[in-house]
Amino acid sequence: MASSMFLAQRRWFHSLPRNLSNARFFSALPSQHPVSVSGPQNNVGPKSNKFEKASSAPSSLKEPELAKFSAIADTWWDSEGPFKPLHKMNPTRLAFLRSTLCRHFRKDPLSARPFEGLRFIDVGCGGGILSEPLTRMGATVTGIDAIEKNIKIARLHANLDPTTSTIEYCCTTAEKLVEEQRKFDAVIALEVIEHVADAAEFCKSLSALTAHEGATVVSTINRSMRSYATAIVAAEYLLQWLPKGTHQWSSFLTPEELTMILKRAGVDVKEMAGFVYNPLTGRWSLSDDISVNFIAYGTKEK
Amino acid sequence: MNRIFATKAGSDVYRLRIPWRPFSNDAAPLLSSQNAGNPEKGSEAKQYDIAIVGGGMVGLALACSLASRPLTRHLNVAIIDSNPALGRKHFIKKEDLPDPRVSTITPATISFFKDIGAWQFVEQHRHAYFDKMQVWDYTGLSYAKYNARDADKEVLGCVVENKVLLSSLLSRVQETVLPKKIYPSRLNSMSILPNSSSSEVDSTLSMTALFTHGRLAKLELEDGNSLYAKLVVGADGGKSRVRELAGFRTTGWNYSQNAIICTVEHDVENHCAWQRFLPSGPLALLPIGDKFSNIVWTMSPKESSEFKSITEDNFLKAVNHALDYGYGPHPTPSILGSSDLFSWLKGGISKSANDCFEIPPKVVKLASERMAFPLSLRHANDYASKRVALIGDAAHTVHPLAGQGVNLGFGDASTLSSVISEGIAVGTDIGEVSLLKKYEADRKPANVMMMAVLDGFQKAYSVDFGPLNILRAAAFHGAHHISPLKKSIISYASGEMRLPLFA
Repeated sequence: MASSMFLAQRRWFHSLPRNLSNARFFSALPSQHPVSVSGPQNNVGPKSNKFEKASSAPSSLKEPELAKFSAIADTWWDSEGPFKPLHKMNPTRLAFLRSTLCRHFRKDPLSARPFEGLRFIDVGCGGGILSEPLTRMGATVTGIDAIEKNIKIARLHANLDPTTSTIEYCCTTAEKLVEEQRKFDAVIALEVIEHVADAAEFCKSLSALTAHEGATVVSTINRSMRSYATAIVAAEYLLQWLPKGTHQWSSFLTPEELTMILKRAGVDVKEMAGFVYNPLTGRWSLSDDISVNFIAYGTKEK
Repeated sequence: MNRIFATKAGSDVYRLRIPWRPFSNDAAPLLSSQNAGNPEKGSEAKQYDIAIVGGGMVGLALACSLASRPLTRHLNVAIIDSNPALGRKHFIKKEDLPDPRVSTITPATISFFKDIGAWQFVEQHRHAYFDKMQVWDYTGLSYAKYNARDADKEVLGCVVENKVLLSSLLSRVQETVLPKKIYPSRLNSMSILPNSSSSEVDSTLSMTALFTHGRLAKLELEDGNSLYAKLVVGADGGKSRVRELAGFRTTGWNYSQNAIICTVEHDVENHCAWQRFLPSGPLALLPIGDKFSNIVWTMSPKESSEFKSITEDNFLKAVNHALDYGYGPHPTPSILGSSDLFSWLKGGISKSANDCFEIPPKVVKLASERMAFPLSLRHANDYASKRVALIGDAAHTVHPLAGQGVNLGFGDASTLSSVISEGIAVGTDIGEVSLLKKYEADRKPANVMMMAVLDGFQKAYSVDFGPLNILRAAAFHGAHHISPLKKSIISYASGEMRLPLFA
């Protein structure tokens, strides 16, 4: 089982968007949402509000998203609660991180704490379910989130274990940290980019936070027919894993798009992998199938 | 001494609870876990990553397995067992007669032992590989002979005395770099509190505080020592204290049977494992090396006390009689037709199908005292809960009729250490239920399946009913002659297949 989690081979990835008509072009203008194909719920956040928000202070997170997450903030560490799918997916994400980052930083993958001495930032850390394991793996972790409640909860939980009580949590955004000129060896933003208003700006911030010869890792959900069926219809409506309206299909990025905007931000995507859920065993695993959940690892060019 | 019952609860994350009055001897500030000096009464409690309660074969196998994996070899391990043998270096003398407590080790376990580096020590002491097995019953209707060559193997298994296994594992664990400490005492009580958060933003939490918030389990020993651990592993046998304290429920029943075990001697060497199903239970003769064999005779409790008390000579006579013409005739091939009947089935005839029925070698001397113990089947409904995991007999006890018991335990130890290693690879707290449940999900189906098979055998053989006898004989006959079936049976019994009959 361990061997399947540590996939050493290179992931294939699309080098160019294959279907240009599908791609969304990111320009300097704040995003205007194309016609939403998403479910009946609330995507009608005050559009004008979003527009303003995006152009005035690029505090990436969309307004309705903030509200959504604040509501369920208390349940972050309840592994049977609304964040159950994330808890289940967590070990798989960590396996990918361990494998790619050990290789990137040339650390011994058989060491129990391979990331000793490295500074990581968990952007959109939520309750810290990613930050804590990374700290146990030796990294010096900073966790940021736009929602104050999340940070409070993350801090309380991290203090329960002396190893994780050293995590630096801040309620701030990536952009603000860029202004403060912070740099990190690895910038990790998992399951965040689908909730931000301007993905291109967000990626620029991620890139700016990455130190020279550092790594950037982003994970999100693909915008494909299959992901609509799985992540929206199945997860939100049929199985009720996620509260309705958690995701907006139109905000999803395809791997091509993500690669492109990261490239424009100066990050070269080197590997990509997908997360696949097996309903029989109830477990997630890494795979080549990037049609629903996928994760991309890139390096800063200069 | 206060009896404190363990409370393990689910997911009360944010209830601030101070239900605990800390003991006076454990207010030490948090130390990173270190190898301890001598534990004196009333001294500071130490913190360990894993506390293995029970330093028997399975508990020590877990320690060796952890020591052999790169990710877990630096974990701090405490082993709690009052057996004085664990403190001694070499407690086996070459000239000792074989102890009647032996185990049949399957090839899968042999490779596990080789992986953890303990098999080399086993080979330095008495051990007996065997490659042949003959199984028959009292009706004389049929028999089955198994040969390792049928499944393209070298051996069907190896019979080793338990004390040899224990000392080999102990020697191995002593020579590894795993930070370990043996506590020569018994577990008195154990407590685990539910998760809760603290309002202080203080990064130096003492062990007491960590325990109060559910991050550590607290163990109290009979000699007054206390220790804290992130994970408690119950490897303390069929009457597991950990299982009792942690509140695991069990299912099971007592077989109304006892087993008599003893060592016997022959005039010739024995390389075959023999098992004859008699009306009140199977009689097994297992080679132990140097012309010695081990006897496991299952019978009713009344008979067992009788056989235990009769003279040695009479006992030997009874054994020889039971292995020979006692209770029924020898099976002869002609009773159920020859092997031509099955030649049309695919797979052809197994190589050992033409091996004739043999009478086991005569037993000439009794080489140890006769011991008797009751048999039962017991299975814990769960193997894991918050900060606790059960392995070995603590999780499951089975009928000895197929020599599988301790092999299941070794399988548990191997899987648990692999699950812990994966948990550490992704930075998980090793006491988390979700991680431990992975161990349970892996072992439970395999263990339950094996128990069902063994229980089925036990029940099938406890009834003397004409048509059922014929059915059993047909089963024997089929197993003896049909090659793929025989291969399957051998593979499953060797521990190589998790589930029977599925390729």
